[in-house]
Amino acid sequence: MKRFPGVDFLELDALLSDEEKLIRETVRDFVDDMVKPIIEECHRDARTPLELVPKMAELGLFGSTIAEYGLPGLGNVSYGLILQELERGDSGLRSFVSVQSSLVMYPIYAFGSQAQRDRWIPALGSGEAIGCFGLTEPNFGSNPGGMSTTARLDGNEWVLNGSKQWITNGTLADVAVVWARTDDGIRGFLVEKDTPGFTSSDQHGKFSLRASTTSELGFVNCRIPADNLLPKTTGLKNALMCLNQARYGIAWGGLGAAMECYTTALEYAKERIQWNGQPIASHQLVQDKLVWMVTEITKGQLLAHQLGKLKDANRIKHFHISMGKKNNVWVARECARLAREVLGANGIVDDYPIIRHMLNIESVFTYEGTHDIHTLVVGEKITGIPAFNAPEQTVKAKPPTKATAAST
Amino acid sequence: MRIAVCIKQVPDAEGRLQVAADGKWIDEDEIKFVINESDQYALEEALTLTEAHGGEVVVFSLGPDRVQDALRKALALGAKRAVHLADSAFHGGDAHATARALAAAIRSEEFDLVLTGAQSDDAGYGATGSMLAGLLGWPHAWLVMGLEVDEGGGSAKVTREMESGMNEFFRLQLPAVIEVQAGLNHPRYASLKGIMQAKRKPVDRPTPADLGLVADEVGMAGSRLEIVDVAFPDSGVGAQIFEGDPATAAKALIEKLRNEARVL
Repeated sequence: MKRFPGVDFLELDALLSDEEKLIRETVRDFVDDMVKPIIEECHRDARTPLELVPKMAELGLFGSTIAEYGLPGLGNVSYGLILQELERGDSGLRSFVSVQSSLVMYPIYAFGSQAQRDRWIPALGSGEAIGCFGLTEPNFGSNPGGMSTTARLDGNEWVLNGSKQWITNGTLADVAVVWARTDDGIRGFLVEKDTPGFTSSDQHGKFSLRASTTSELGFVNCRIPADNLLPKTTGLKNALMCLNQARYGIAWGGLGAAMECYTTALEYAKERIQWNGQPIASHQLVQDKLVWMVTEITKGQLLAHQLGKLKDANRIKHFHISMGKKNNVWVARECARLAREVLGANGIVDDYPIIRHMLNIESVFTYEGTHDIHTLVVGEKITGIPAFNAPEQTVKAKPPTKATAAST
Repeated sequence: MRIAVCIKQVPDAEGRLQVAADGKWIDEDEIKFVINESDQYALEEALTLTEAHGGEVVVFSLGPDRVQDALRKALALGAKRAVHLADSAFHGGDAHATARALAAAIRSEEFDLVLTGAQSDDAGYGATGSMLAGLLGWPHAWLVMGLEVDEGGGSAKVTREMESGMNEFFRLQLPAVIEVQAGLNHPRYASLKGIMQAKRKPVDRPTPADLGLVADEVGMAGSRLEIVDVAFPDSGVGAQIFEGDPATAAKALIEKLRNEARVL
């Protein structure tokens, strides 16, 4: 298997520490050795490569920013580089790690009781347990605050009713972090597999993220112990804090998919010969596509790196992350299309990774806050006008509101 | 048991190489460096042995500052400590001068075993390890494909891969120098935790004087072999393609071998 050479047009590696580079190299090798040889087959068969879970756990990829429970305690640039390399392999694999780390381990670590942390963080970090995150509902995606799933306290138990959709790893999960409306607002709960009244089923017919499991969760008078409430959750903002973690990672992940498409197209263009013994890379129109790709990837790298620095300094805001997620996933989407053009018919078969990335990115473009919603988040920041739900309101300048639309 | 592992940092084989301006080596400016492949297997073997028998691995390398990346990776993989022969007096040496420097560094500690790769992927002399064994006065095995340390740690059984699919087995007394081939194990990945811990592991940088050597015994000054020129082989020159079906092409080839090359 040919090794991925990396994309570093502007010597941006100089911004990385020795540890960050070594971490990227480790995950890069893992993806080249263990992901790329099997991923097209996983995509064809719509199979999540669970055989990679123990290896990813051994490397320390789950909950890698947590510094307790024997986890590595990485900085945010390192975390981003991990997701970049994983998404270079496949967006579904990166989704697995994003969900496990940012949407399950993070809320349990940040909002859980000591007992919840002690029980779940080691199990999830070692890959012995898999988690999922239930926020999005069939009728509420971009506006999770409209959710209809409820939790009612009955004696020593919470009773959950409702359903969640588009849940990565739903049927695989040992524990679900579920958000539900209570008398005290929206709160997070831990629902374990096999709890009576809790069902899950897989979404079939997906043309995207086929190497990942996407599920629906159902709750019908599902009773869970009162202790399964995440005690430090007080509202929708806690769910949005989880999404900020995940979306930050996607800003890096998008670059990984873009890099894979770019390097594949570059190599192909240098080898594919049509006229006069010259490779198609000698054509100006092909060069234009390749140059667009490497330029946008480079700008995206700078954006992602600055997000990482802001996040390490605790200065990052949700609208910063929106810009990163929106831009870098868009870059990935455009790179996939341009690469497809460069590869011609070879761009639509899975002998090459292009069509898989192109299909995957359609999900990534929409989940974790759609491209359009992130545009409105940035728009709200710079104009002071929230444009999410305009019609009935008189549109006038107001201070930005904190609550922000979402979807998982 | 304490194991010394000697590693070399070499250009990544997938990089595009260019001859340096002085014509005596490659231009190192824009190339990526990696740990020499068979040395990676030597390190893995050492880590596995200390996991089974206890003890620790100390990794040695000679070369300029860039070599610290290779050492850092070895520490992230599980080596306890690193010794970097970084002093410019050590640089540019032939296999003998390099072995002399390594021997002095290894002799300044107590080791049960020295493991290293059978040869480097850049210079490829395959000589440093055997010279190191000679200088240390220790038993030595080359092209090793299997290694078991006996109970008590006084000796080891090695498997060498011979021609025609045969293996050779023998036992040697420790301490010894063992040079392994790529493929005898499965090198691990550095875990993220290991990478973070590596930051705090010590890297010694002794000078020739620290090792009881004088500067002209090592490096370029201590070498008897000098690279005078490196060049890419001319491509396409002297090659001839025989057209036609296999029988015709074979006939033409035999004709040429008999009458022009006169080797038949």
